[in-house]
Amino acid sequence: METLSVAGKPIELDSDGHLAHRADWTENVARELAVQEGISDLTPQHWAVINFMRSVFEKEGDAPSIRRLTKESGVDTKTLYQLFPKGPAKRAAKIAGLPKPKGCI
Amino acid sequence: MRHMLILGGGTGGTIMANKLASALDERDWRITVVDETEEHYYQPGFLFVPFGTYRMHELVKPRRQYFPGRIKFVLSAIDHIEPENKTVILAGGDALRYDVLIIATGADIHPEQTEGLLDEEWGKSKFDFYTPKGAERLAQFFKTWQGGKLVLSVTEMPIKCPVAPLEFLFLADAYFTKRGMRDKVDLRLVTPLSGAFTKPMSSRVLGEFLDRKGISVTPDFDLGRVDSKEKKLVAWDETEVSYDALVSIPTNMGNACIARSSMGNELNFVPTNKETLQAEGLEDVFVIGDATNLPSSKAGSVAHFESEILFQNILEHIEGRPPVAHFDGHANCFIESGFGKGLLIDFNYETEPLPGEFPLPAVGPFSLLQESPINHYGKMMFRWVYWNLLLRGLELPIEAEMSMAGKRVQ
Repeated sequence: METLSVAGKPIELDSDGHLAHRADWTENVARELAVQEGISDLTPQHWAVINFMRSVFEKEGDAPSIRRLTKESGVDTKTLYQLFPKGPAKRAAKIAGLPKPKGCI
Repeated sequence: MRHMLILGGGTGGTIMANKLASALDERDWRITVVDETEEHYYQPGFLFVPFGTYRMHELVKPRRQYFPGRIKFVLSAIDHIEPENKTVILAGGDALRYDVLIIATGADIHPEQTEGLLDEEWGKSKFDFYTPKGAERLAQFFKTWQGGKLVLSVTEMPIKCPVAPLEFLFLADAYFTKRGMRDKVDLRLVTPLSGAFTKPMSSRVLGEFLDRKGISVTPDFDLGRVDSKEKKLVAWDETEVSYDALVSIPTNMGNACIARSSMGNELNFVPTNKETLQAEGLEDVFVIGDATNLPSSKAGSVAHFESEILFQNILEHIEGRPPVAHFDGHANCFIESGFGKGLLIDFNYETEPLPGEFPLPAVGPFSLLQESPINHYGKMMFRWVYWNLLLRGLELPIEAEMSMAGKRVQ
């Protein structure tokens, strides 16, 4: 089982590299996950997106799509890709401590 | 007299109309279907039109022909639904009250959602094959095309028939090989997914197929805009893919009447209970097929399996009992792989497509996740099954609930 070390404490990850237990999430865990994704500094704009994702997940059980992020989080698509390069929906979900978005098949 | 109102006369709506027409007492229930066009297209056939296998007129029938006599068909666009008043307002302003509503309004492509996609080059160097006109224009274009970079671009998920982009490329490989010009055509799939398909096992198998056929893949590509002058796709992160001919799967969205009713998500798909198929929060509204937001494929087979669940649940509901039947997300798709062969995948919410054999009385077994000629015949035969059995709501020898029989768990 893969783990992430935050302040010397191991935190369990699932097979996608996302948190295995959502309850393990703290802001420090988020910072560590962000570093893993190559984002060294989480700005207030990052936090706005992360918190929006968490609130949607809390209510609906799945992370929002990019389209929904753009429409409702107040951050436009271009900026989302600058904040979370290479797939904002997937990356922001990971940093927000959520499982990999179900997306669609 | 109570009123069963069905919005949409496509695959899901037509099956439900047929099933309910035989089950509901004519003295108690009237049944109405509303659709804005007269033509019912066999959409799985569109894929074959660009390559000259089918012509469009072979894929269309009058909708009305598939409704039993007691069904009232209303030819009209829908303005919006007022669930609080149990009323649907038609485009002309007429109001239809209902006791039970079935939303079967489907999904359509929306090229205008992507910057630079829908311009004067649409239909000239940029095409779709999800509409009758688009598929026909592409057939015309291929006839005289001299070759170059042919890019199949998936804009965003979900899309109707998620295997269609792969099938298109497999068929293009076969088509240009037969025309003796395969060496002049560079085939590429550009997709927002991380691989050929969504689920791990099939993504690997189908990825190997693409590889073997010399079809390149650009994964994780989130299309931001299309530059028609430079003939290139530009992702949100500014990476680029150039093309000579673009075949686009534009953004798929639910019907605009869903947005006007404030009943949809950001793509106008109706939030639906994934087991009972009731619209979330609305007991007397049910949703079927591509109109739902379910985490299942948008495909005719899914609408068909859902119809059996929906039928049982509606019968329970009108007797005042809670829904009992639970949809498991079952999908069953033939995948054309070119040169007279095909694959078959069978899966649900929980079980990804697995290899093995798919038993089917009298005809099968078909091979799962493995290429074979019988799967190709299965796919071609299905057009007959669709018009003659499936739409009529008749029993097919395949269960709504997915079975593990014949599947090999790795």
